[in-house]
Amino acid sequence: MTHHDGSDDSASTISRRTLFGLAGGAAVIGAAAGGVGVARSLTGREPAVAFFGPHQAGIATPAQDRLHFAVFDLGPAVSRAGLTALLVAWTNAAARMTAGEDVGTGAVTGNPGTPPDDTGEALDLTASRLTVTIGFGPTLFTDSRGVDRFGLAAMRPPQLSDLPSFPGDALTDAISGGDLCIQACADDPQVAVHAIRNLARIARGTAAVRYSQLGFGRTSSTSSRQTTPRNMMGFKDGTANIKAEDAAAMNSDVWVQDGDGPPWMVGGTYLVTRRIRMLIEPWDSTSLTEQERVIGRTKGSGSPLGRPAEFDPIDLEAKGSNGEPVVDMKAHVRLAHSTNNGGALLLRRGYSFVDGTDEFGRLDAGLFFMAFQRDPRRQFVTIQRSLAGKFNDALNEYIQHVGSGLFACPPGVAPGQFWGQSLFT
Amino acid sequence: MRTRSPRVVAVAAPVIVVLLLAGCSSQDAVTGPARVSTADAPIAVKAGDTTCDVATTSLAAGRHTFDVTNTAALVTEVYVYAAGDRIVGEVENVGPATIRSLIVDLPAGEYQVACKPGMVGNGIRTAVIVTGGTAPTLTRDQNLKAAVDSYRSYVESETQALVDTTSAFGAAISSGNLDAAKQAYPTARIHYERIEPIAESFGELDPLIDMRIDDATEGTPFVGFHAIEQLLFEKKTITGAQALATNLTANVGKLAALIKTVDFTPLMMGNGAKSLLDEVAKSKVTGEEERYSRIDLVDFAGNVDGAKHVYTALRPTIQAKDPQLVTTLEQRFSALVDLLGTHAAKPGAAGLIPGSPFVSYDALTPDDVKALAVEVDAISEPLGRISSVVTGG
Repeated sequence: MTHHDGSDDSASTISRRTLFGLAGGAAVIGAAAGGVGVARSLTGREPAVAFFGPHQAGIATPAQDRLHFAVFDLGPAVSRAGLTALLVAWTNAAARMTAGEDVGTGAVTGNPGTPPDDTGEALDLTASRLTVTIGFGPTLFTDSRGVDRFGLAAMRPPQLSDLPSFPGDALTDAISGGDLCIQACADDPQVAVHAIRNLARIARGTAAVRYSQLGFGRTSSTSSRQTTPRNMMGFKDGTANIKAEDAAAMNSDVWVQDGDGPPWMVGGTYLVTRRIRMLIEPWDSTSLTEQERVIGRTKGSGSPLGRPAEFDPIDLEAKGSNGEPVVDMKAHVRLAHSTNNGGALLLRRGYSFVDGTDEFGRLDAGLFFMAFQRDPRRQFVTIQRSLAGKFNDALNEYIQHVGSGLFACPPGVAPGQFWGQSLFT
Repeated sequence: MRTRSPRVVAVAAPVIVVLLLAGCSSQDAVTGPARVSTADAPIAVKAGDTTCDVATTSLAAGRHTFDVTNTAALVTEVYVYAAGDRIVGEVENVGPATIRSLIVDLPAGEYQVACKPGMVGNGIRTAVIVTGGTAPTLTRDQNLKAAVDSYRSYVESETQALVDTTSAFGAAISSGNLDAAKQAYPTARIHYERIEPIAESFGELDPLIDMRIDDATEGTPFVGFHAIEQLLFEKKTITGAQALATNLTANVGKLAALIKTVDFTPLMMGNGAKSLLDEVAKSKVTGEEERYSRIDLVDFAGNVDGAKHVYTALRPTIQAKDPQLVTTLEQRFSALVDLLGTHAAKPGAAGLIPGSPFVSYDALTPDDVKALAVEVDAISEPLGRISSVVTGG
């Protein structure tokens, strides 16, 4: 057996590394920058993100164009040793794929009498700025029946408290919760899918996919170098996002600090995911004025209502000539604004999704909301309490939260370590 | 139940004894002074619904005869397993109140006698200790030969069981009794599914036995097991089934004759095991194959049995080359068989199909089906590695 059991077979591999020169080496140098920097190969064709570093990649990394997000449940008979073996095998494979290399002995370079270790669809593709990010769900610590399957209950951070239910939630169990999550982001969708597919394969017999979600068109800019993208409602989204370059904000609102909770999470962060279905057809038949009132920004430039430019501060006090607030009292930007939520900010890193059409022929589309934060109780929960329900965010008439997830994303790893190692030692 | 007529057994035994030898095909497998002749008294095994009583659990190395009495309400089977569930001998299709004999050569070691009422699951097990002469350590080639011999006998005995149970199925149809015919269907199916990859190697014959309605074309009408299944279970009629049954019996007979010509190899076995689980993933776990009778779990179990036999036969070879693969396969086969066992039919419970040891596919919840699919995917990965381990040097 090779990497399926967690051993490292890097020595025996000829892979995409050979096609792209020193990409792997460049990626390691980039690690010193803390998982943020983007390394480039000497050919300039191989944008590989550093896998190793104090923080996991895929959080502060400027958002890529494509997402494949997968949630896993561990099998009923899996032991603590089985769990750590999986984390070791996953870490090895993720490090290789992030550098643009094949998994294990490769797609075409292993023993031809055995199934190839790598599934092969990323051959000839660049690393495509792939990042692979892991998170641990609440059920990893205490399962739904209150059982501490892996001896981890005492290590569960208070920040990983189950999310409360919010008014208007229409959550489905099958696309909510889960023991483990993997976020794979890349600029090429095939590279992101390849990552999830190979990690799911390595997990067989230990963990099975509970659900997965494909996403496209990053809906937030996470770097001041990126333009603000539009979501499926046609509006710019994420203008007021935390930017990775803002070290103070990253430390105060994203990265877990000393003293926040159990030490194993220091340098990590918490991820909240929400599958938010947009009711596209009603939205499309709504007037522009009403759409802008609901959001609180203009659709064209993304400027706050009453202001000329996108990045102008929102004036929540401004009144129009009719004496009414310029930004509606129920506008999405007002209720989501940090001043309305005790200063709470999020590093939003969500993606649009379109999963074809539903049984009525309506677009099954929306936002796969993903937000990283230091403490979901203070941040996501506060903001969502402001937004949720009939009497709050005007946008609720056009959206529905159908899936939900909460995960503790451990700090980054150094070469030779595995994801979440500090949780087990 | 304890008393029986020796005359009946004496007549029946030569036909029905299933003889699988431990490693080699003769007494040479057993060495040392502890060899015991077959003249020793048979060891009584009482295979009940919840018990598996073995009269003597401490034996001297050598050849032994187990006289199996089925005291259960269901058809049973009894296996003698060596370490790692390697099958040393088995006797299948033992009807209630029936007695059958099982002859095995047992070198020193720890064994388990497993009674499987309903012919499913891991069985109720009784440990047996054998002391005395040990089996010689076999070379890789000897191990492979033993594995091939063991698999060949398995396929031959399953083929014979298929011939017998198909003809019983045909007889039930001829009798005109719809319920009896439906009840005889699952028993024949399981034997086909256990040897499916071998049967499928005869490309002309397999469709005539196992085609689905979707495979029928203008030139090739819908025939075989599933055509009869549709009449009995969906159209609820026996009319038209007789002619189909006659052809099916004839084709199964042709299959049995062809199987005698097969040149079994370790590679074929390894690939066959993988292909059995691929079958499960494609047409059993999806509920595609037995769409009228809903006995998909019977086929599922048959495929798993067939794959597990390949694995246990090849186990010594795999152990020598890749012990980690053995550990993984042990765990995953056991998880899969245990999970299947949770869907065993229980009298009076929902989803009961007369004659089927498993509940109806329709009685499974989406979560049940997903859990089965997860285990099938889990075992397919290590099974895919067997071929290279047993063919590589």
